[in-house]
Amino acid sequence: MIWSKEESLPRTELEALQLARLQETVARVYEKVPYYRAKMDAAGIKPQDVQSLADLAKLPFTTKQDMRDTYPFGLFAVPKDELLRIHASSGTTGKPTVVGYTRGDMETWTDCVARIACMGGATAKDVAQICFGYGMFTGAFGLHYGLEKIGAAIVPSSTGNSEKQLMYMKDFETTLLVATPSYALRLAEVARENGINPKTDLHIKTALVGSELLTDAMREEMHAVWGKDVNITSNYGMSELMGPGVSGECLEHCGMHINEDYFIPEIIDSETGEVLPAGEKGELVITCIKKEGLPLIRYRTKDVTRLFYEPCACGRTTCRMENPSGRSDDMLKIRGVNVFPGQIEEVVLSVEELGPHYEIIVEREGYTDKLTVRVELNKETDSFAELQRIEAFTKNKLKVILGLDAKVRLESPNTLQRFEGKAKRIKDLRKQ
Amino acid sequence: MLAKQLSVFIENRKGRLGELLDVLKESGVNILSLSLADTMEYGLLRLIVDDPQKGKESMTAAGCSCMLTEVFIVKIPHSPGSLQKILKTIADEEIGVEYMYGLSYGGDEACIVVKTSDSARAEEVFTKHGIETTSHCKLAF
Repeated sequence: MIWSKEESLPRTELEALQLARLQETVARVYEKVPYYRAKMDAAGIKPQDVQSLADLAKLPFTTKQDMRDTYPFGLFAVPKDELLRIHASSGTTGKPTVVGYTRGDMETWTDCVARIACMGGATAKDVAQICFGYGMFTGAFGLHYGLEKIGAAIVPSSTGNSEKQLMYMKDFETTLLVATPSYALRLAEVARENGINPKTDLHIKTALVGSELLTDAMREEMHAVWGKDVNITSNYGMSELMGPGVSGECLEHCGMHINEDYFIPEIIDSETGEVLPAGEKGELVITCIKKEGLPLIRYRTKDVTRLFYEPCACGRTTCRMENPSGRSDDMLKIRGVNVFPGQIEEVVLSVEELGPHYEIIVEREGYTDKLTVRVELNKETDSFAELQRIEAFTKNKLKVILGLDAKVRLESPNTLQRFEGKAKRIKDLRKQ
Repeated sequence: MLAKQLSVFIENRKGRLGELLDVLKESGVNILSLSLADTMEYGLLRLIVDDPQKGKESMTAAGCSCMLTEVFIVKIPHSPGSLQKILKTIADEEIGVEYMYGLSYGGDEACIVVKTSDSARAEEVFTKHGIETTSHCKLAF
């Protein structure tokens, strides 16, 4: 089922709608947000210069730094009394980024998430357990409103206490799970430790995963533990843009459909800022064209992906983005080679004798970078030959995927730290 | 007669061996002999204990990667050349020794723990040559 008619408009109609909304948004921010007006004036561009969608490329970018510089409400286009909600990012690398929603924004957000939930197989009959933290983080609330709109029964269990989560899941016969992929895997692990078989003792039919990269290997691992018939789709968003609901995967599993009537995507070369043609890999830039509170223009997401405009078998005409292969921020440069943590994850998950958790350590020895991947042994053995085989096999696979020599450190099961929110698996000791 | 050895994967870091032995202490499992082989990063701790099953359960509960392995505990007289003689017998029968370590229980005889390449054939060879083997239960004291 397709939730909104805007998801399957003919491209020409969709683009006309995008242009009208873009022109309206640009004119509004120019008038209401002094920071934007100053930036546009400095770039020598006026709202009336936006005559086509291609003219979007003339507008200046907005970055996270702009949000910090104008903390807390400097980029808002409405007075505070029109806001219904204020969220903020965790701000681990500086001041938090603050986002706000008007009543209209809350409706847009709800519609966005209802669409992606519906795409992923959610229905009014679902009992949906939301294992995202409720709080300043937008993830939980976004999924909450969208699923509620669809008519699902919401279990707002938030994060933590995996045993209790599993008790709810079993006793309430939860059919839909909202979590990060790594927490979904962790839950299955805790279930088995407590004698619960996720495939037969629980009733999960749909998993909407987000806020973290879902690699193919991770999806396979999730199917292996939760059952092969479970619909697993990933969805994408970020607080600055809206929260979850920017894009989501349909059951064809060929990329995440962007809600293009609300967001215009572009792909740029993150070094030069130049717009790249469809199909090329680069940094995703999003312009919000239907937001009242915080309408960001050409926001640099730092996520690296590709866009596809070919029609999808599901009937939607909206453009699809690939699962981001990493963040241009998270990208590690090791001995001159670009390494995305997702690539390492893919390898770890593909080795049967290893558990799904890992930690990446990058150090500098003299003038050389050293990459170490800590992994957990998932196989009992009394043989050094076997241990060495597992180590060499993993090392070789990393070499093939990364083009780089890495050291593999085998550890006992349950040694590495588990995460319930966004996983922090990288230790870059070169910066210290 | 086959005996059960508890084999535990161990990371090479300070205090880890103590942590593992603490698990056995807490569950009241007595160690009769052990061998620790290591590389730079990790090792295998091999133990002959009075209750291998209980040892394995407590180690697993403590989050260790461990298993029970079939080995022989071979009795040998305390005299020069007796170990060499047994090893020659095994070698002549073309059975490989994967690893071995000693076990002493204070009597007139010594014991060696041997992991062979072929347990079934080794058992026949020991019987044929009158080489006495024992199990962990008979040694427990």
